[in-house]
Amino acid sequence: MRALKIIVLAKQVPDTRNVGKDAMKSDGTVNRAALPAIFNPEDLNALEQALQLKDKYEGTTVSIITMGPGRAADIIREGLFRGADNGFLLTDRAFAGSDTLATSYALSCAIKKLKPFDIIVSGRQAIDGDTAQVGPQVAEKLGIPQVTYAEEILSVEKNTVIIKRRLERGIEIVSAPMPILVTVNGTAPDCRVRNSKLLMKYKHAKTASELQNESEDYIKMQAGRKHLHIQEWNVTDVNADVEALGLSGSPTKVKKIENIVLKAKASKKLTASDKAIDNLIKELIGNHTIG
Amino acid sequence: MIKVNNIFVYCEIEEGIVADVSLELLTKGRDLANQLKCELEAVAIGHDLKEIDKQIIPYGADKLYIADDERLVHYLTLPYSSILIKLFQQEKPQIALFGATTTGRDLGPRVSSALVSGLTADCTSLVIGDYEAPRTKKTYKNLLYQIRPAFGGNIIATIVNPDHRPQMATVREGVMKKQIVDKNYSGQVIQLNVNEYVNSTDFVVKIIERHIEANKIDIKKSPIIVAGGYGVGSKENFKLLYQLADVLGGEVGASRAAVDAGYVDHDRQVGQTGVTVRPKLYIACGISGQVQHRAGMEESVIIISINTDPSAPINAIADYVITGDVTEVIPKMIKYYKKNSK
Repeated sequence: MRALKIIVLAKQVPDTRNVGKDAMKSDGTVNRAALPAIFNPEDLNALEQALQLKDKYEGTTVSIITMGPGRAADIIREGLFRGADNGFLLTDRAFAGSDTLATSYALSCAIKKLKPFDIIVSGRQAIDGDTAQVGPQVAEKLGIPQVTYAEEILSVEKNTVIIKRRLERGIEIVSAPMPILVTVNGTAPDCRVRNSKLLMKYKHAKTASELQNESEDYIKMQAGRKHLHIQEWNVTDVNADVEALGLSGSPTKVKKIENIVLKAKASKKLTASDKAIDNLIKELIGNHTIG
Repeated sequence: MIKVNNIFVYCEIEEGIVADVSLELLTKGRDLANQLKCELEAVAIGHDLKEIDKQIIPYGADKLYIADDERLVHYLTLPYSSILIKLFQQEKPQIALFGATTTGRDLGPRVSSALVSGLTADCTSLVIGDYEAPRTKKTYKNLLYQIRPAFGGNIIATIVNPDHRPQMATVREGVMKKQIVDKNYSGQVIQLNVNEYVNSTDFVVKIIERHIEANKIDIKKSPIIVAGGYGVGSKENFKLLYQLADVLGGEVGASRAAVDAGYVDHDRQVGQTGVTVRPKLYIACGISGQVQHRAGMEESVIIISINTDPSAPINAIADYVITGDVTEVIPKMIKYYKKNSK
C-alpha cells in the first residue's frame, strides 16, 4: 500500500459542555470569557483515525488545517504533540462572521493549496454550533464524495477506502474512492494522548505572529528549525474571494440572540425526608400520574 | 405567469415507510404554506415507491415528486443530492425542510453548498416573520425564522436567509407534531425521469454491508421517564434510575453530559441532540438543565427535579423540586411507591 496524504480539519471551540456556575453571569446570561478554548472533541476522534492510517501505511503524512484567531495555533501544536506532521492556521479578519457555507469555502481554498491529497477527515460536528454542515459543504466545494458519521476507517486498498458508518438504527459499511472527505463520530476511538518525545520536539512550534512577542535569541533559534514553523495563511495566501467570506459570504444572518434567562414556574420545594417523599408519591398516585 | 415559490419537504423513506420526522415536517410545511398562501410539495427518492403517495399526500402535500430507481434503493449522498439540486434549480422553492437525521444532515449541507443557500441545523421552531437588514435597512417580508439553541444550549438564535433561496432548515424527529389534513387530500404525483437528474459518476460510493436494526429503545413512547444527568455520578448509580423506571413502568432517559460520560447509551439521550419527549411524568435526576436538554422535555406534563443544587436551572421548570442526593431520594421513592400503591 502506498503512502497516503491526509488532511485533518480541526476547530478550536469554547468548552460548552462544562458550563459551570462561574460561566453564568448573575443575570443568567453566558460569560463567554469563563469558558476554556479546547480542541473540538470529535475533531480529536478524526485525528486519531488519521494517525491510525499513518501507523498502518508507511510514509503517510498528516496535516492539520484550522481556521480561527491567532490563539488557534494551540490546535496545531496539540496535533503535532499527538503525531501530526505539520499544520496550517487559516487566519484573517476577513474570515470573521463566516457561517458554515463561508467557512467551508475558506477551508476548501486552503485545502486546494495542499493538493493532491487522499483523505480529508474532520469531526462530525463542533460543540459550539452542533451543525455538522462544514464537512459535507467542504466536500461539495471540492467536488469530491463524502462519508459522514464514520466510526472507523477500516482499510485502504489501491484507490479505495472502506469505512464503517454509525447510523441511527445500525451500521453501514461503504467503499469510497479517494480523494474523499470523511466526518468522524464521537463513538469512534478516543485520540491517543500526547507523546512526550513529540512534546519536546514541537513545544516551540510557533506561527510568525506568535514569534513577534519573543526575544531576538528565541527567534534566531526558531528560524533555523523548519519543523517549528506553523504556517499562517490569510485570504490572499489561499486565493479566496473576500466577497464569499465573512458576513457578505454568509447566506444565513443572525436576526436575534436571546440569552437563556429562566423564568421560574411555581414549583413545590421538597426536602429528601421520608415524609416529604411519602407525601409526594401519595399525591402523584392520587392524581393518576403514576400507579 | 408569475412563478409561485413553494415549500418543499424531503421525505425520508426506510423499507417503504416514510419517516415520522418527514410527516412532522409535512405538517409544519402545510401550516407555513397556508400562512404564505403557497403550495406544499414533497420529494420522495428510493425504489419501489408505488404506494408512497398514500402515506404522504394526506398530510397536505399538493404535489409529490417521486424519483424511483433500483440504484436509489438505499440513501447515497451523491445521486440523492444531484436529484434535489436539479429539482430545486427548476422549481425554485422558497423553503426546503429536511429531517435532522443522519441522512438529512448528510444531504442538506451538500445541497445547500451547491445552491449557495443558507441552511440552519436542528431548528426547534420555524416561524414566518419580517426582517430588516441592520446595515442597508432593507425590509424583507415573510422570511422563515429558523430558531435553534446554540453555544451548548446557552443561547437561542433566530436565523434568517434574506437573499438566498431556498431557505433551508433541518428539524429533529419529535420536535414538530404530525397531523393528517385529510385522508382524501388531493395532490399531484410527478414521476421524475431519474436519468435526467443523476450522473453515472454519482454512484462511486458503494454500500457493502448494512445492518438496519429497529430502534431497540424508544423512550418517546413511554409515559414516564426517569432521566439522569452528570450529577448521577456513575454508571453504577444509574442502576437506581433503572430500578425506579422499572417500578413505575417507565423508561430511563439521559442528558448529553451523562451520555458523554459513558453512563448510558446515546439512544436514551433527551434533548436537542437526542429525542424530544412529552411524557406524563419526567423525573430529572442530577440534571442541571441546559436549554438543549430542556428543549427535549419541557413539554412534559409533570416534572420532578432531584438535585443537590437548589439553584440548578432545571428547577425553574420543575413542578416539584427535591433538594437532595439522587442515591438517597430514589430508594425512598421506590420504597414509598411500593408502600402506597398497594
